[in-house]
Amino acid sequence: MQLDQLYQEIILDHYKHPHGRGLRDAVDPDARVGEAHHVNPTCGDEITVRVTTDGKVFTDISYDGMGCSISQASASVLHELLRGRAADDASVVHEAFVELMSGRGQVTPDEEVLGDGVAFAGVARYPARVKCALLSWMAFKDAAARAGVGVSPTEVKA
Amino acid sequence: MTTIAIPEGMPQYDDVPRFDVAAVRADFPILDREVNGHRLVYLDSANTAHKPRQVLDVLAEHYAMHNANVSRSVHTLGTEATEAYEGARAKVAAFINAPSVDEVVFTKNSTEAINIVAYAFSNASLRPDADPRFRLGPGDEVVISEMEHHSNIVPWQLLCERTGATLRWFPVTEQGRLDESGLDGLVTERTKIVSLVHTSNILGTVNATSRITQRVREVGALLLLDCSQSVPHMPMDVVDYDADFIVFTGHKMCGPTGVGVLWGRGELLAAMPPVFGGGSMIETVSMARSTFAAPPARFEAGTPPIAEAVALGAAVDYLSGVGMRAIQWHEKELTAYALDALATVPGLRIFGPNVPVGRGGTISFALGDIHPHDVGQVLDSLGVQVRVGHHCAKPVCSRFGVPAMTRASFYLYTTTEEIDALVAGLEQVRKVFD
Ligand SMILES: Cc1ncc(COP(=O)(O)O)c(C=O)c1O
Repeated sequence: MQLDQLYQEIILDHYKHPHGRGLRDAVDPDARVGEAHHVNPTCGDEITVRVTTDGKVFTDISYDGMGCSISQASASVLHELLRGRAADDASVVHEAFVELMSGRGQVTPDEEVLGDGVAFAGVARYPARVKCALLSWMAFKDAAARAGVGVSPTEVKA
Repeated sequence: MTTIAIPEGMPQYDDVPRFDVAAVRADFPILDREVNGHRLVYLDSANTAHKPRQVLDVLAEHYAMHNANVSRSVHTLGTEATEAYEGARAKVAAFINAPSVDEVVFTKNSTEAINIVAYAFSNASLRPDADPRFRLGPGDEVVISEMEHHSNIVPWQLLCERTGATLRWFPVTEQGRLDESGLDGLVTERTKIVSLVHTSNILGTVNATSRITQRVREVGALLLLDCSQSVPHMPMDVVDYDADFIVFTGHKMCGPTGVGVLWGRGELLAAMPPVFGGGSMIETVSMARSTFAAPPARFEAGTPPIAEAVALGAAVDYLSGVGMRAIQWHEKELTAYALDALATVPGLRIFGPNVPVGRGGTISFALGDIHPHDVGQVLDSLGVQVRVGHHCAKPVCSRFGVPAMTRASFYLYTTTEEIDALVAGLEQVRKVFD
């Protein structure tokens, strides 16, 4: 087993220097805001994701939580990838990330779509860690739905 | 080096029973395997223990040669299976010094054993003619502690919800000991049952129960000890402990999964209403109503885990052969060694007693602010198997202000070299995350 496949530099970097961390209020008083809190019951990791949207674009995605390097880095990557995106676009990325994580290491990620998210390809080989990687992404999906914007219908197969 | 003379008449150092750890290890086939290219270093016995060949052989042989249902047939195989199953009950009874074989109820695990007691309370509470010791209602209290495994919390929460009784608990001190300072206010005439962990699965603390037992007797309550983490690691004598019920689980004591034990004082089990209904637990059945068998059968509805119980009997033989005092001593030495070794790791914080007194060989810790998942993952890449997470004891994690802990736990086959491997692994963890 190659530990550095799991702990890619990119992941450790996002973990040590998370992007966009901390819950933020909407700037625009008319914006729709949705929030979801997810926990991983097997390890106690927690994340709160808040999305702000005008109904079309995710103007902000903020988050706060505690957990392992994988779950926290994944939230940072989520923020990077999806903030400022139109809902349709975000859906494509979301779906690709979930597919990558449910692929047991058999899915080749598209860097065009997933950006830093490709670093998580190695995580998919560790069934015990897939949930860590998906925690913020599932919370994001719920938060978006609460803000009235549907994101990728994909369910996790693992 | 100064030598300390132990006064005459006291147990001398050489009196401590010992065993050959290398010979014991040779009995456990799994200890030969590799993990991720490294020699397996299994430090997760508090989660589940490995099984010696002596147990695996009995399990296989039971299915290969004696397989039949128990207590239901006159044929030869049925008789052999029943004898093996009841023989295992006798072995378990002797192992914990139960006054009667009939006081040993085979269950699925500790969790089921606790639930049987909790649901017996529940059922008794619905029947005015039930033994008052089992009847609960508003104003009555159930007492547990903050260091329980979830399986000794949730059944009591549910019972209190059903009956309107109140759940109360002993707090835990900063050193990870049970805080008994409020004992007299906590255990009172309102208390119907105190259900307490004997050895904590997360802090390693071995609770001294005598003051609590005395108070329980004073107020006329019942005492259940969750011995899931003590029966596998030290001699247990239910008469000496003066408990009313104890529970433990086969898979943590070199036995198979799927079998556990509820021990109850004979007179109490006899007064306790059944929980699961079905075959084997009845005296007679008509379409309108049934009467019930005496314990232990009353609490063993349906086909029990026969082969598992027989193999648990083999596990008890195995442990007794090595000697429970010797196992306890071996783990005490390992714990002392590990506490010293872990103290050398920069940034490591131990949760629970940091002296090898009144504690078992289960040590939980934090390594700086590196998440336990990450600690466990790096250790796994080196073959070192530890448990990470909340260890089914979330209130303990909350008590110490952390979402999760890393835990190393030892057993009779654990060596000091394995503890060295853990310490070396933790250095590696620090390198990856610093
Ligand atoms: C203290 C304690 N109680 C109860 C249990 C539950 O055991 P089982 O899961 O076998 O029912 C455990 C095991 O994790 C334990 O450590």
